[in-house]
Amino acid sequence: MNNYIGEHLFPGQTGHFFAVLSLVASLVATIAYFKANRTAGITEKQSWIRLARLSFLIETVSVLALFVTLYYIISHHLFEYKYAYTHSDKSLQTEYLLSCFWEGQEGSFMLWSFWHCVLGWILIWRSKDWEAGVMTVISFAQFAIASMLIGIYFFGTKVGSNPFSLLRNEGFLDNAPIFQDVVNGGIRADYLQFIKDGTGLNTLLQNYWMVIHPPVLFLGFASTIVPFAYAMAGLMNRRHDWVKPTIAWACFSGAVLGTGIMMGAAWAYESLSFGGYWAWDPVENASLVPWLVLIAGLHTNLVYNHSGYSLRPTYFFYLFSFLLVLYSTFLTRSGILGDTSVHAFTDLGMNTQLLLFVLVFLLPAIGLFIARYKSIPAIAKEENTYSREFWMFIGSLVLFLSGIVIIAKTSVPVFNKIFSTNIAPPEDPEFAYNQIQVFVAIVIGLLTAVAQYFKYKDTPKAFFGKKIWLPTAIALVISIAISTFGVIGYDKKGPGFLVAIHLAIFAAVYAVVANTSYIWLGMKGRLKAAGASVAHIGFGMVLVGILISSSKKTVLSWNTTGVTPLRADESHAKNNPAGNPAENLTLFKGVATDMGKYMVTYALDTINERDRKRYFEIDFKAKKGEEHFKLYPDVIKNNKGMEGFAANPASKHYWYKDIFVYITSFQENNKADTTSFHNQQLKVGDTLFYSNGLVILNKVVKEEPASIFLDMTVISKDGRRYPARPGIAIEGQEMRAITDTVRSQSMVLKFNRVVDPAAGKLEIGVKESGAITDLLTLKVYEFPMINILWLGVLVMVTGFVMSIVQRQQKSLFRVK
Amino acid sequence: MKKTHIILLVLIAAAIVVLISYTGDLTTYETIASAKQKEGKFVNLIAKLDKQQPLEYDAVKNPNYLSFTAVDTLGNSIKVVYHNNKPTDMEKSDRLVLKGRVQGDHFECKDILLKCPSKYKDDPKATQNRLQAESK
Repeated sequence: MNNYIGEHLFPGQTGHFFAVLSLVASLVATIAYFKANRTAGITEKQSWIRLARLSFLIETVSVLALFVTLYYIISHHLFEYKYAYTHSDKSLQTEYLLSCFWEGQEGSFMLWSFWHCVLGWILIWRSKDWEAGVMTVISFAQFAIASMLIGIYFFGTKVGSNPFSLLRNEGFLDNAPIFQDVVNGGIRADYLQFIKDGTGLNTLLQNYWMVIHPPVLFLGFASTIVPFAYAMAGLMNRRHDWVKPTIAWACFSGAVLGTGIMMGAAWAYESLSFGGYWAWDPVENASLVPWLVLIAGLHTNLVYNHSGYSLRPTYFFYLFSFLLVLYSTFLTRSGILGDTSVHAFTDLGMNTQLLLFVLVFLLPAIGLFIARYKSIPAIAKEENTYSREFWMFIGSLVLFLSGIVIIAKTSVPVFNKIFSTNIAPPEDPEFAYNQIQVFVAIVIGLLTAVAQYFKYKDTPKAFFGKKIWLPTAIALVISIAISTFGVIGYDKKGPGFLVAIHLAIFAAVYAVVANTSYIWLGMKGRLKAAGASVAHIGFGMVLVGILISSSKKTVLSWNTTGVTPLRADESHAKNNPAGNPAENLTLFKGVATDMGKYMVTYALDTINERDRKRYFEIDFKAKKGEEHFKLYPDVIKNNKGMEGFAANPASKHYWYKDIFVYITSFQENNKADTTSFHNQQLKVGDTLFYSNGLVILNKVVKEEPASIFLDMTVISKDGRRYPARPGIAIEGQEMRAITDTVRSQSMVLKFNRVVDPAAGKLEIGVKESGAITDLLTLKVYEFPMINILWLGVLVMVTGFVMSIVQRQQKSLFRVK
Repeated sequence: MKKTHIILLVLIAAAIVVLISYTGDLTTYETIASAKQKEGKFVNLIAKLDKQQPLEYDAVKNPNYLSFTAVDTLGNSIKVVYHNNKPTDMEKSDRLVLKGRVQGDHFECKDILLKCPSKYKDDPKATQNRLQAESK
């Protein structure tokens, strides 16, 4: 065994020790809880539970220790460790050190495991006699996750990926001659002195949303295990009274997972340059679908608690919600999405293990569900059409099926893998989703609006009719107003889709209005009990925001400046199958450019030393009115051996719209100006030529006290005219030339001297150079009403929280 | 039969219809030769940038015009026209997924996906190269 100079082996050994300890502790906890669950005798059960809790405590401590150790390695820049080397560098700001965790799979597994620990302790505290059953499932999940982090070979198969492995053990140095010890072979002892810095954190992740989005999303993912665990414990023990506590848990999960998903959308909106907040990317779908199924389960769970119907679907939905989280994990971590997703993890060579992770939960869950199906209570008499439970069930079903459709479309790469086909996504993948989901939005919007006006079991028709007409009328008026005056002119996909959008807008507005009025019409203003209504209002607002902002998203940066020699091509471009995505506008530094409603100017750019970003100041001035603002989109140089840069958009927020801008390319001219003036003689009315057009000398202007200016016009090939006024100023004995620059033509004009005053002959210097101006290209979009979407998310989460609080108070009162 | 069962069946049937109709929208991954045979049909071309041939992009002249030559593993090549900005890192990318259709002599591209060797993974080889370069 060699000794290497400068290595810090202790943190890695500590980390790996805790990784193994957490695996063992979670296994012991699983077995102990399982035993406790099977044991009837009180004393024996208690001793099993004590052992289980102790193991779970050791497990929790281990997970925390893993976190601290890895954080120590990253924050102390111990680049002998692969994780620090591949996911961080020295220049990284402190606030992004945590983001390094979730750039790699191992760190995100740790995060998931950490949340399971937190949830586990809440369950130990609150779940009373359900503890043994529920915690068996959670401890087992902890065992499965811990196995992802050990990186030990069992019988020649590598299990997990150890986040504490050393660079030199991972083959990184093996083929580089510089690290080889020429005399003794192997890696030289002082190899570490050549490794000065890590490869850094992916630039896309260097965004404040990336600090907060993964922890919230993973808490959402982790929390879906609670209803699952209750359902599994219910099946194992043939007891079905778990349905009360799960309502609060499902609300919690819905709120957190929903927030996590929408934070991801906000991150995409603010830091990715695909021009929007949602792209039906497989990674986004994979987190949305479990949420949809969970919400379906929450509704059937409520149905069962109030009417005794729908217990079987509740089991089914809760089981599937978590199974879909596992399936998502497989999709995003196995590398299988490589061709279809922009931000999946890459393959760590753990595909078999990831697949096992899914199966080890899927098979027992499905097996138990089928085996116990008959014994789950169900009411033979069918639901009344005038009952709330009937419509809630239909809604849940629609949510579930819409989720299935989405995940099936997302699974095309899996299908390709299994059947060796080469199917690719459709020409317009987003529309393939939208054209279906818009109908789901209509149905769900309508159901969200009316379902609360039905009572459980049976509703007097007069009651329903009396209450529902007012919100219906208000919603009709509002949505017709939006449809009429809102100019929803989304005709790109034909009239059918446009009609569907208008219907969906009505349904979404209806959901908002009907639920708002229900607080007064149905509950007489008891806001405390209105959690569900508030959540539904939020959901309706989300729908309204999505519909309006995406159907009315407009491109502001249509390239109409004529800064293109390809005019002949334009007619062709309009018919071309690629559409006419002439969405990029070129701006020259300091030159105001016409962009529809605005004159935009690329004013200046600066490099921020701290975050290593180059900020561009883009000045927007409305042609009409007072509107005048500046935006600061930025770019950050790519790392990890990639050239180029990653662009971060910037937006100007109005309450009714966002102006959204990002840089698509920039060109900096730091070359020295080496070209010289080329002198020509001409008279008033003469023209001279330059590479991209001609220059006319209009007249000579004398100005007091002693200066002469030339009034010239530069006409470029594409017909654009630029005025120019080079001149000479006489100051005492000195003559000083005042040059004039036509930036967009990269041309400098200089009035040298009067050659022949009698003939009016003047000498003019022309310099054309690439070194005059910096330029950039950008895209600008307008998103109307996007704030309704973000606000809707907040309202929905508030509704969920209100429901949880209300339920907790109820249960506390009951205890007293 | 119960109402809920009927609705259940109707909805499941609708979901199946939706998925079947989706298969009609799906496209295929092609090589250059097979894409040429399907002229006018939307395909996904897997190829890479031919670095021997010139890449034409000038943001000053037209920020929405990019043209280059793509070559696939079978050695066939085709001119590609893309009416949009040049994706950064394009030269570094070791694989391109070009979405669009063959039109006459060229491939009219609607979207370009870059497959960078090191976007989310640190390719050991790239790392070695980098380490070597740094230590020199």
